[in-house]
Amino acid sequence: MKLEMAENATVWEVFIQSKNGLAHKHVGNVHASDKIMALENARELYTRRNEGSCIWVVKSSEIVSSETEDNEAFFDPSNDKIYRHPTFYTMPEGSKHI
Amino acid sequence: MSNLFKYTLRIADRSLILGQRMSEWCSKGPTLEEDIAMSNIALDLFGQANGFYEYAAQIDGKKSTDDLAFKRNEREFFNHQLSEQENGNFGTTTVRNFLHDTFNFLFYTELISSKDETLAALAAKSIKEVKYHLRHSTNWLIRLGDGTEESNLKVQKALDFLWQYTGEFFEMDEIDYEILDLEIGVDNKKIKEKWDKMINNSLKEAKLKRPVDGYMATGSKKGIHTEHLGFLLAEMQFLPRAYPNAKW
Repeated sequence: MKLEMAENATVWEVFIQSKNGLAHKHVGNVHASDKIMALENARELYTRRNEGSCIWVVKSSEIVSSETEDNEAFFDPSNDKIYRHPTFYTMPEGSKHI
Repeated sequence: MSNLFKYTLRIADRSLILGQRMSEWCSKGPTLEEDIAMSNIALDLFGQANGFYEYAAQIDGKKSTDDLAFKRNEREFFNHQLSEQENGNFGTTTVRNFLHDTFNFLFYTELISSKDETLAALAAKSIKEVKYHLRHSTNWLIRLGDGTEESNLKVQKALDFLWQYTGEFFEMDEIDYEILDLEIGVDNKKIKEKWDKMINNSLKEAKLKRPVDGYMATGSKKGIHTEHLGFLLAEMQFLPRAYPNAKW
């Protein structure tokens, strides 16, 4: 059983939405051999303490990630473009979370 | 012993004993995820048992919930013989729970409309968990039944063996009839048709053969059990009996 499961099981990334309207947040991963099992395992592991109202599971192999070696090309160019930050505007008084 | 007390006790005992069986899987599950899933189910069942024991203790007026769980002997337990059956391999546990969960789901569905407000409320609270348990065991049954040749063989074997313990679900004795007449209890016979339908659908999807009804075990309503319950109780009750004043 253990061997077979280990052979068939793949890793799934788990995203939990804590409240309706909020974004799903990555919380970790689970092993599972099909999507139903992935969803149930995610429920068992990550929503035991009332954390969620919706779960997404995605096969880890389906996620496309940027590579560390591309970091320079990907992220450095935004370093000196301060005009991309909305710091040149006067903030209306009393507004928060901007 | 009042009939309502005994009726409530029967429901509580089913959850406690199956919960104890499920807790035996803790740290021994086939995968980390499944280990946690089974421990969660054990805790759900203990929670349900606790609710019904509290009500039973209240009706009784003398015994505490702990007295009911830990200070009764084998012959004073009224859980179905199915719930005390050993875990066996993961497939055996899956089949046992699937048979139990299907019954339990239908039983609580009926109990929700009980005229006894406490029982109705306990049923309404429990059914959310039971729905999940049923989903969990049914999905595993399908996965294993419709899995490899070996997994199919193992669950079919478990099903053929455990089938004899399903007759008890639908038995009615004088207590059941009295509680039913008061519109408090559930007509177990009425559940049978729905149970058959659900079981047949799931077995079909799992590519398993429904065993032919043969010898059916009976006796738990009178406290008669298989040899397994005594060992289970010995382990479960040892601590509170050896150290009666032990505190957490």
